[in-house]
Amino acid sequence: MEARANLLDVSNLNVVFYTYRGVIKALNGVELWMNKGERLGVVGETGCGKSVTSKSVMRLIEEPGEILSGDIIFDGRNLMDLSEAEMRKIRGNEMSIIFQEPVSALNPVMNVGFQIAEVIAKKKNTRIKKQYPAAAEMLEFVGLDSERVMKMYPHELSGGMAQRVMIAMGLAPQPKLLIADEPTSSLDVTIQSQILSLLDDLVSELGNAVMLISHDMGVVAEFCDKVLVMYAGNSVEYASVKNLFRNPIHPYTKGLLKAVPRIGRIDELKAIKGTVPDLVDPPLGCRFHKRCPNVIDICKVELPPFEEIEPDHYVACYNYSSDKGGDQ
Amino acid sequence: MILVLFGVSCIVFFISHIIPADPVSAILGGNAPEEAIEKMEEKLGYNDPLPTQFYNFITGAVVGDFGVSLRTNNPVMEDIKRYFPTTLELTFLAMIFAIITGLTLGILSAVFRNKMIDQISRIFSIIGVSMPVFWTGLLLLLFFYYKLGILPGAGRIGFFSSPPDHITGMYLVDSILTGNWSAFKETIVHLVLPAFCLGFLATASIARTTRSSMLDVMKQEYIMTAKSKGLKNSVVIIRHALRNALIPTVTIIGLTFGSLLGGAVLTETVFSLPGLGRYITQGLLSLDYNSVMGGTLYFAFVYSLVNLIVDILYAVLDPRMRV
Repeated sequence: MEARANLLDVSNLNVVFYTYRGVIKALNGVELWMNKGERLGVVGETGCGKSVTSKSVMRLIEEPGEILSGDIIFDGRNLMDLSEAEMRKIRGNEMSIIFQEPVSALNPVMNVGFQIAEVIAKKKNTRIKKQYPAAAEMLEFVGLDSERVMKMYPHELSGGMAQRVMIAMGLAPQPKLLIADEPTSSLDVTIQSQILSLLDDLVSELGNAVMLISHDMGVVAEFCDKVLVMYAGNSVEYASVKNLFRNPIHPYTKGLLKAVPRIGRIDELKAIKGTVPDLVDPPLGCRFHKRCPNVIDICKVELPPFEEIEPDHYVACYNYSSDKGGDQ
Repeated sequence: MILVLFGVSCIVFFISHIIPADPVSAILGGNAPEEAIEKMEEKLGYNDPLPTQFYNFITGAVVGDFGVSLRTNNPVMEDIKRYFPTTLELTFLAMIFAIITGLTLGILSAVFRNKMIDQISRIFSIIGVSMPVFWTGLLLLLFFYYKLGILPGAGRIGFFSSPPDHITGMYLVDSILTGNWSAFKETIVHLVLPAFCLGFLATASIARTTRSSMLDVMKQEYIMTAKSKGLKNSVVIIRHALRNALIPTVTIIGLTFGSLLGGAVLTETVFSLPGLGRYITQGLLSLDYNSVMGGTLYFAFVYSLVNLIVDILYAVLDPRMRV
């Protein structure tokens, strides 16, 4: 299959988690791709598999989870074929990740300087101590007073500072791809916008590709070039930001946008009826069909393919598919 | 710590004075003349009212004077100085053994959770916690000394060899300091069984705590961060996880030290080591209250000292504890 993009091309990604309640089918054939230097927003409600997707891309899914199948082509290599040792060379080197809760994502017994220097030392294959100046430089880069912060421990940092440290740590190895898993959701609003614009500036300067996981449509609209909408472990719609917000096609995306408040908006916010399906026992066919206003028969039995219905606009919905399954 | 020690002194004092036994007639025998008994009671201060006796005991204890042992006729403190190094040597060796094996087993258990090695180490731990020290000791003696004959059964050093010159009283340390390697070797051989026997219990509880706190730490988000940095598994476990997991383990190590001191009493008896534990036991059997009170208080002192060190260690391990 021809790669759809030149940095990352994830296709048919299936991830499950084994629990006492049964097997959670967390990702059910996720499709996702990114070009170099591009910013992709991944949106969807809680539990739709955004974070699992981001961890899968780094192959950080652990027991009781497992990547069942799928291809993750990153920079010309299929990560699924690599050994754990080869994967380690990619992690924290060509790819890095920023987590949602910065304070708990930093090791409480190590000072900030050490934790940043550690990742640089790993990339350059030197002793950690030698990289303290480089770590200090990174801290200055994210707007922190390096002299003071280097020696600080995570519990002494505020949420915003900790997230800056995480960003410094993520960008320190100058990765080709930075995954930001809800980097702002645990911060308060003013800090959120600060962190986001900081990330924006730094990434523009360095030119890394960023995958921004978020449930905040506004953040994505502001920050990203492309958007992928996920629902219950499926990719349901992919388009450029402009296109998606102007012309949403999938019924779920439409529903999602109707639920977003905007200044000047005077009509009532509409919630999508129903609830997210239980992924231990997901509905047959399209996982959205029970809540979908435009459901047709085939949706109940078969998963719609993720198809390009207009240039660079992909949707998984039988209402728009060329393949109507012979029903119509 | 001072409060703790004061509490312990109250308890040992009152317990030993409540016991309905008469040390004086134990010394002089049942048929001693009346006036000899009176003279002895006067000499030992047993005619004083209890509060006065207690006052004398406490003021003496503060400066390390526990009176004269009725059995050995030496000042108790001197006896302690003579006997304690053996106990210290034994408990230290047991502790080192317990920390090394306990941590290793705990880490392996957590890393290979529910695998073969985890099961084995858990069985080992259960056995360790459940077997009484004196019974383990007897079994070990039966097997290694009586059946196999590869390890000596009793004492600190071979019957025909002379101990190293006295410096600290701990044969191992002394033999190193004086370069007396044959004595060193012999002492080690004599201490293997008692130290293992005593350390077994501690190993078990250290392994269990390490396992559970490692498992807990491995679930934390910063471990995921460490992995996302592309660090080797061993680095993630030792550098990132272990230091966090050690915090609860250190508490347990401090507490276990107490049970080791207690266990030392039994172990020393089983292996006939002339330690402080055996000194107290014998003191108790011959109603020698001064040595019992002094020895117990000394144990309490060492125990609280160790826990003080543990508290200091906390701050070293965990920056959140530093104020």
